[in-house]
Amino acid sequence: MTNSRRAGSVAAVAVFLAAVFVAIPLAIAATGRTDLYYTLSSVALLAIASGGVWLTFYIGRINIGQGAWALVGGYASAVLVTTYGWSFWLSLPVAGLFCALMSMLVGLPILRLRGVYFSMVTLVLTEVARLTALALPITNGARGITSIPTPGAIRLFGVTLVPGFETFANRNAPFYFLSAAMMTLCFAGLWRLVHSRLGRLFAAMRQNEELASSMGVNVPLLRVVAYAISSFLGGIGGAIFVAIAQSIYPSSFTINDSVNFMLNCFLGGLGFVFGPMLGTLVLYFGWDLLFQTGQYQLLIYSGVMILLMLVLPNGLLSLRWPSRGRP
Amino acid sequence: MTAPILTVRDLTKRYGGLTAVNEVSFDVQEGEILSVIGPNGAGKSTIFKLISSFVKPTRGEVRFRGEVISGLAPHVVARKGVVRTFQETTIFKGMTARDSVIVAHHLRSQASLAGFFFGTVAARRDEDAFARSADEILEFLGLDAVGNELASNLPQGHLRALGIAIGLAADPKILLLDEPFAGMNVDETRQAVERVRAVRDRGVTCLLVEHDMAAVMKISDRIVVINFGVKIAEGTPEAIRADDKVIEAYLGVEDETIGL
Repeated sequence: MTNSRRAGSVAAVAVFLAAVFVAIPLAIAATGRTDLYYTLSSVALLAIASGGVWLTFYIGRINIGQGAWALVGGYASAVLVTTYGWSFWLSLPVAGLFCALMSMLVGLPILRLRGVYFSMVTLVLTEVARLTALALPITNGARGITSIPTPGAIRLFGVTLVPGFETFANRNAPFYFLSAAMMTLCFAGLWRLVHSRLGRLFAAMRQNEELASSMGVNVPLLRVVAYAISSFLGGIGGAIFVAIAQSIYPSSFTINDSVNFMLNCFLGGLGFVFGPMLGTLVLYFGWDLLFQTGQYQLLIYSGVMILLMLVLPNGLLSLRWPSRGRP
Repeated sequence: MTAPILTVRDLTKRYGGLTAVNEVSFDVQEGEILSVIGPNGAGKSTIFKLISSFVKPTRGEVRFRGEVISGLAPHVVARKGVVRTFQETTIFKGMTARDSVIVAHHLRSQASLAGFFFGTVAARRDEDAFARSADEILEFLGLDAVGNELASNLPQGHLRALGIAIGLAADPKILLLDEPFAGMNVDETRQAVERVRAVRDRGVTCLLVEHDMAAVMKISDRIVVINFGVKIAEGTPEAIRADDKVIEAYLGVEDETIGL
């Protein structure tokens, strides 16, 4: 990387961090629109889950099943916190790892499928997760799990690193910072992953699995690794979502959400790591803005989506970098 | 004679009622160029896929340095040093030639994939070594000038060389070449023949599956002839040229084109 490009990247990251962690909170404080904390937290969490979907796109699989892992992650955290009395902070990584582990078992057989066949199976997966949540005793069926306590304080050697969320007058504010920090962390990890050797092997697999295996790449294993990371992100997103809502039901994440996770990637641009982040933001607020159009909301929304796919098949970020086809 | 590097024994592949390859046996000696030839539909490609383990044999086995490799996953076979190339349409279209060759160094990694994620010292040393080795391979195959071109923009001749470059990057002991001269004119073929010789001179045993008789006669140390899935002859180019069964198999093809 040349020095000027490196400087540009550092500046872009600084601007992003300043906007997310300083400018937005200040703007919210100035305008009194504290409801935006909740909205923006949702965007951040949906972006994390979409980032996972993006990674499965990166190995050449169209994943319409991320809602399943958001649901599994949400339930895993909720059960650990309510039934077993775990701290939310410990349940969060465990929920993500649980999703990663489960997705390996599911992924081993289904990742052999390509194209539309893989997509169809993942689409069904969301429904399977919902029905499982309805049926299992531990998930409490259709009544779901409610009254989940908010995250407590993190103390290390008697020093309070993070105060308990119950001490805040507006609990949405700490959730916003948590979600934004997780989003930053997850996308930094994704960026690093894609630009490390593993990412290049993923790209090689996407372009030609046979050629990749001819040079010794364990393609079936790496496919499962990519899917596990993807599901981990879905689980993390789902778990924090549940902590905000303080409840989870089998219908908390549905096929609709799975489709949206995929659309977020398309809209932002499949060639860009940060595509899902932008896609989620635009899609979420776009949908809300169209609310004023009443019964035409879905019609206009769908029409714009189709138009965008026709005009900008490589997503919104391709406007910014027309010459660079790769992330 | 030293032990062969590759042993093919009673290799048989049936697709339903069709026997594509029937009890084919031959040895490949270390450091030689061996060509498998035969008329269209003789089963050459199937033999090729059987040896590189992209297809599992119905019966029989392939041994590499005494160890059975047939039936293993293709990437495991590649790791042992049996590496195949593809015809020119099988490339990483969205990558540059140089990136394709760098990524093909995968097997030589000392650092783990997690090491690459965190950018450890070992990982950076690997990255540098791969880049240097890739540049050397590109230069060796005359691709240094087009290293930064997208693979999808390269002309056919360069794509063939790129296929070999990707194969060499995997550090093969034996390189399997899939019709390296197909669709080439006389000039291109001559260059390609030189290329394969140069690869052998690097110490890599070459096994070719090929259609172009003239080129095969020129380049091969030994030739195995397949017809209707059965081996009908094996020997030096001179012996093959004089073999009655081979002439019969190719009957109907003009003498000149088959180099008789």
